[in-house]
Amino acid sequence: MAVVTSGPTQLEIRGVSKSFGGVQAVSRVSVDVQKGQILSIIGPNGAGKTTLLNCISSVFHPETGTIVLEGQDLTRLSPARVAGRGIARTFQNIALFRGMTVVDNLMLGRHIHMKNGVLRSMLYWGPGRREEVEHRRVVEDIIDFLEIEAIRKRPVGSLPYGLQKRVELGRALALHPKVLLLDEPMGGTNHEEKEDMARFILDVNDEWGTTIILIEHDMGVVMDISQHVVVLDLGEKIAEGTPAEVKAHPQVIKAYLGTKATV
Amino acid sequence: MIYREAGRFKTSYASDQAIFPIVQDRVFVRAAVVAAFVVPPLVAGDYWLQAILIPFLIYALAAIGLNLLTGYAGQLSLGTGGFMAVGAYSAFKLTTAFPRLSIIAVFLLSGLAAAAIGLLFGIPSLRIKGFYLAVATLAAQFFLIWLFNKVAWFTNYASSGTITAPDRTVLGVTVTGPNATAAARYVMALAFVTVFALVAKNLVRGRIGRSWMAIRDRDIAAEIIGVRPLRTKLLAFGISSFYCGVAGAELVFLYLGSAETLAFDINQSFLVLFMVIIGGLGSVLGSFLGAAFIILLPIFLTRLPHSLGLIMSVALQKQIELMIFGGLILFFLIVEPHGLARLWQIGKEKLRLWPFPH
Repeated sequence: MAVVTSGPTQLEIRGVSKSFGGVQAVSRVSVDVQKGQILSIIGPNGAGKTTLLNCISSVFHPETGTIVLEGQDLTRLSPARVAGRGIARTFQNIALFRGMTVVDNLMLGRHIHMKNGVLRSMLYWGPGRREEVEHRRVVEDIIDFLEIEAIRKRPVGSLPYGLQKRVELGRALALHPKVLLLDEPMGGTNHEEKEDMARFILDVNDEWGTTIILIEHDMGVVMDISQHVVVLDLGEKIAEGTPAEVKAHPQVIKAYLGTKATV
Repeated sequence: MIYREAGRFKTSYASDQAIFPIVQDRVFVRAAVVAAFVVPPLVAGDYWLQAILIPFLIYALAAIGLNLLTGYAGQLSLGTGGFMAVGAYSAFKLTTAFPRLSIIAVFLLSGLAAAAIGLLFGIPSLRIKGFYLAVATLAAQFFLIWLFNKVAWFTNYASSGTITAPDRTVLGVTVTGPNATAAARYVMALAFVTVFALVAKNLVRGRIGRSWMAIRDRDIAAEIIGVRPLRTKLLAFGISSFYCGVAGAELVFLYLGSAETLAFDINQSFLVLFMVIIGGLGSVLGSFLGAAFIILLPIFLTRLPHSLGLIMSVALQKQIELMIFGGLILFFLIVEPHGLARLWQIGKEKLRLWPFPH
C-alpha cells in the first residue's frame, strides 16, 4: 500500500529539543517532511510525540533547533501566526469549542482567511455579510465531505466522542492547511469510526494534496496509510523509513517489545 | 408558539444566518420594536416611564456590554461601575466644554472614552484569568471612582461634587436635563438600546463574536487556529466598555439627572453582573430579561406586601430583596448557567413540537 512519493521537502524539523524540568521530552530530533506525504510518528508512551507536534504548532518553543516551512522559519512565531502560515492541527483530548455549534466551530477554522473587522461585523451588511456567506459555503463543503450534515446546528459538547473527533478534523480542514497535524485522531474510537477516520485522512491527502503528520498507536492503521514512519523513544528518533523498514528495525522491536531476557 | 416553522425552508446561507430565521419571528419582533417606540410614551404614566422603563433600558444596555465581555468572551469583570462612571463624567465634561455638540455625539464620544479606559484595564487579561482578572478589574473600579472623587476638574470644581445633566435637544425636542419629559427620555434610551442590541447581535454572530467565544471555550485551541488572544480580548474589553460608557452617560443624563460617584460604586458593578448571570451568560436577549428582572423585583417586593395588606419596613424589604437575589444567583449558577434566556429557549423548543414531543 505504501507508495513513497518523494516530493520536495516541505517541512524541515532540524535538531529540535525541548525539556520540562529535568525531563528531556524531545532531544535533537530532525525530520524532513515531503510535500503531500502522510507521515506517522510512533513510539511508546512518553516518547515525546505530542511534544514534537506542540513544537511544530508553536504551543511550546523548542530550546534548540529550527522548524522551517517552505523556506520560512516558524520556530519563534506565536501559535496564531503559525496557523496563518498554513499549519493546522487536532488534539489528543479534543479541544473543540464546546458551547458552540458544529458550523461555528468550523467557521472558526476560516477565521484567518476572513477579513471582517469590527465595523463590518457590526453592520453585518453588504461586504460583511457576503464574506460570512462565502466562508459558510467553504464550511458546508467540508461538512459535506465529512458527512456531518445532520449535526451542523448541534452544540459540539452534546455530540458523541467519535463525532467530536470528526468535527475537530473538520475545523482543522477549514483552514485549508498546507500541513495537517493529527494527534491520535483514532484514539478512543471504535472500529467503525477508525475506518471512517482513516478513509477521511486518505481522502484529504488525495483530494487536496495536504501533507499530513499523524501520531497514532494503532499499528495496523499506521502501517496501512502512512508512506513514511518516524519512531521516537524517550525523546530521541531511533528509526525512520517506510512502514516495512521500520517494522523490521531491531531498535524499534526493542523499544516496543523489550530486549530478550537473558537467562 | 401560535405558528409552526414546518414548511419554511431556508434556501440560502444568508437566510440561515439571519438573527431571526423564521419569518413570523421577524415580523413579530419588528412590530414589537415599533410598538415599544409608540405605545409606552402615549399610554404609560410618568411613574412607569421614570421608575421602570427608563432604568430598564439603560441597564439592559450596560448588561449587553458586560455580557459581550463576560458571557461571550469569558472575561469576568467587576469594573462595570467604573466604566459607566467614565462614560458619565466624559458626557458631563463634553457637554460643558462643547455646549453645541449634539447629545447623540456626546453619548457616543463618552462611550469611546470608556472604551479607551476599558482597553487599558483589559491589558492584564492576557496574563491573568478568572478570579484574578476579576480582582484586576475590581482595581479599575476602585481606582476610577477614587479618581473622579479626588480630581475636582471632572466635576468642573462643583462644591457638591455632583455632575448635572444640562438641557439638550434632539430634533427640537428636549431629551435631557430637568425640562425633558419622561417620554422623550424614554424614546432616546430606547433608540440607543435598539441600535446597540442589533449591533451586538451582529457582532456575536459574525467573525468577531466567534473569536470571542473561541477564547472563552478553549483559549489554546483558539490560538492554534489563528485567533490572536490579546487582540481578541482587548477588543472585547473595548467594545464592552463602550456599551457600559454609553449606559453610564444615559444613567445620569436620561434617568438620574444628577449624580455623584456613589451612583457608580461597586454595587453597580455587581448589579449589572447579577443581571447578566440571571438573564443568561452569552445571550443578548438574556441581558434584557436580566435587566427587567432585577429592575422589577424590588418594585414587585414593594407592591406585594402592600396589596396583601402587610406592613413591611423598608429595611426588611431591602433584606428580602438581597436574599432573593443571592438565592437566585446560586440557583442559576448551579442549575441553569445560561439563565432566563436558556429557560425561554427550552420553552420554545418544547412548544415547537407540542403537543407531540417525539
